[in-house]
Amino acid sequence: MTPEELDQIAETEREAQSHFTQRVNVCVAAGCLSCQSQAVKDGLDQEVDRRGTKDQCQVKGVGCMGLCSEGPLVSTSAGVLYKKVEAADSAAILDSLDGTPVSRLVCPTDVPFFQRQKKIVLENSGVIDPDRVEDYIAANGYTALIKALTEMTSREVIDHITKSGLRGRGGAGYPTGLKWSTVSKSVGTQKYVICNADEGDPGAFMDRSVLESDPHRVLEGMLIAAYAVGASEGYIYVRAEYPLAIKRLKNAIRQAERVGLLGANICGTRFSFRVDLRLGAGAFVCGEETALIASVEGKRGTPRPRPPYPAMEGLFGQPTLINNVETFANIAPIIRNGGEWYAQIGTEKSKGTKVFALAGRVENTGLVEVPMGVSLREMVFDIGGGIPEGRKFKAVQTGGPSGGCLPSDCLDMPVDYESLARAGSIMGSGGMIVMDESSCMVDVAKYFMDFCMTESCGKCIPCRVGTYQMHRILTAIGNMTATAQDMKMLEELCDLLKHTSLCGLGQSAPNPVVSTLRSFAEEYRAHVEEHKCPAGVCGAQPVGETA
Amino acid sequence: MRQAAPVKTLKIDGRDLSGRQEETILDVARQNGIFIPRLCEMDGLSDVGACRLCLVEIKGQNKLLPACVTVVEEGMEVTTDSERLQGYRRMILELLFTERNHVCSVCVSNGHCEMQMLAQRLGITHVHFPYRYPKEEVDASHDRFVIDHNRCILCTRCVRVCDEIEGAHTWDIMGRGIDAKVITDLNEPWGSSETCTSCGKCIHVCPTGALFEKGRSVAEMLKRRQFLPYLTMMREENE
Repeated sequence: MTPEELDQIAETEREAQSHFTQRVNVCVAAGCLSCQSQAVKDGLDQEVDRRGTKDQCQVKGVGCMGLCSEGPLVSTSAGVLYKKVEAADSAAILDSLDGTPVSRLVCPTDVPFFQRQKKIVLENSGVIDPDRVEDYIAANGYTALIKALTEMTSREVIDHITKSGLRGRGGAGYPTGLKWSTVSKSVGTQKYVICNADEGDPGAFMDRSVLESDPHRVLEGMLIAAYAVGASEGYIYVRAEYPLAIKRLKNAIRQAERVGLLGANICGTRFSFRVDLRLGAGAFVCGEETALIASVEGKRGTPRPRPPYPAMEGLFGQPTLINNVETFANIAPIIRNGGEWYAQIGTEKSKGTKVFALAGRVENTGLVEVPMGVSLREMVFDIGGGIPEGRKFKAVQTGGPSGGCLPSDCLDMPVDYESLARAGSIMGSGGMIVMDESSCMVDVAKYFMDFCMTESCGKCIPCRVGTYQMHRILTAIGNMTATAQDMKMLEELCDLLKHTSLCGLGQSAPNPVVSTLRSFAEEYRAHVEEHKCPAGVCGAQPVGETA
Repeated sequence: MRQAAPVKTLKIDGRDLSGRQEETILDVARQNGIFIPRLCEMDGLSDVGACRLCLVEIKGQNKLLPACVTVVEEGMEVTTDSERLQGYRRMILELLFTERNHVCSVCVSNGHCEMQMLAQRLGITHVHFPYRYPKEEVDASHDRFVIDHNRCILCTRCVRVCDEIEGAHTWDIMGRGIDAKVITDLNEPWGSSETCTSCGKCIHVCPTGALFEKGRSVAEMLKRRQFLPYLTMMREENE
């Protein structure tokens, strides 16, 4: 593959696409597929066949368009977005392409949910066909890789990433440029690049959507990273619960190999890179980098103490770069447009955009990408469309089981790494669960503690036994049988786990409890002293029921 | 050019000490008679940093670090026995006592148990977390040895000694979190294990009464730990 050949593929594809005067895009990512979008696409295909307009009208399966709660979603070349489409609507939609839209299906796009978004990571989601590398290339795909390989030294690539201010999107927010630079300077006979796609937070589906909608973007990010740090082998560690993402990734890897963008001597340079998939067997802790490495090595997925950090001693003892899916998805646009361009977006310390999975009690659930620094209020009430059924907002949970619950007085806080940490939560990978007055915060804390207890690997004592004891106390509070002594114990355990656990899972397991104890102490008190659940969740309903 | 001597000087509990650059805080502390509690660490086996009892405070560091895997650095100031550390250690040990059925009075290792000794040393007189009282199995299918899961603390010394020293890798862990347990082969009865060489090393590295020889009654199981450093030393000399 030479730059000219890449141009040629892009040119041919654009030429082929320009023949179509009408386009209908159907979302075939997991969210819409689960509401029968494949039937919608088949229906449209058949209808186009029947009309004999195959040469003018293109029906394309594309990735996630964001508003998952209204799926299946269909967008047309007339600029109209349709929601909750059924196969039976095919004829009506095709009729409308040159005329007036089908009003009963129209999904308005002039609302904050669409207007407030800024798409960098998701720029191709819902636009290109994730199963065709040609479509990605026609959308400027792999030009960043060619630019890096032919015009830039590895040092310059790292400089751009550093200048961009990009921070790890997996949760902790470690500066990506610094990580790359460390791996690049580490000495080893072989270096590795690993993409962490073991997204396991309850309610989070950002990485899944990116992999399902635009898998080549992640590969391109990994290739650029490999060139920058001097790696020649890579792994994508993706959880086996994402069969569609795995299928599309496998397909993308095969295509990239076929056109010569993966393999030996890419672009006629000395740079070679191979990528392999490794499937996670369902352990949340394998998202922790040292546990992930152990799992890739074929060992039991348990973390080990750091240092040494993977950047020095990682996979098979060699320097290893581990980044999250979304981090890699940011790389190509940064190289294409320069680090300075990216650094203009976002806040002073948190640059760029962040993809969030909005879930829970909001009108618009789905995937959104917003610039860093928007307020929680904008997220919940403008983009999210507020709380359904006129109920009252209670809290928003960010960061999954490692994060915390933020009450209404945090609503005007900007969403960035520092502000969230100050408020007792974390950015995490981008899950955002909105809760209304019908949720009991004790029950929420219990749910997350149950998650941490089952997902603890059992290696270190504080996490293994501590999460069990904390879960026992939270269950007792929910059953109205807890005592003041239990509450004291709960706080002791929060402190113990935070400071003595071996890895991030145990260290952050108390966060949901600590944050709800701080903001909703009154609810705990009501359970313990008055044996009442203000939200009416605990006691009245079967134990284990969660918001 | 002369190479700089790879020796670091540091302070542990206010004492000026020195250690080679690859040595850990625990190594240096041990050489100088400074006691740091631990249950998973054992001289001669690889370190896993799992029991969290050897956590120490290091000046200028937010995080507590495990002494068994943290290598010494020039100018380090280590505190091994602050009130805060003692509190955490007591809680961790208490959690261990609640996890399974550690009933000293009927245990083969009573009086010779590392966990029991640590508890005494740390002044634990009672456990303030509620006990779990799980139903755990005892596997006595082996001709000479017994594993009593009621006493196991999952330190993985048996797993490591079997893999690293004996080379059999009969022991391993199955399950996650509170359900984790040590197993022989693929969770088969120990007696029908095809990989076990019956060497007995696991028995003697086990810090509690979880692994013991048949025929021992209460308080009769004395463990001989000295073989391990000796074995390692002899092997290194032969290389």
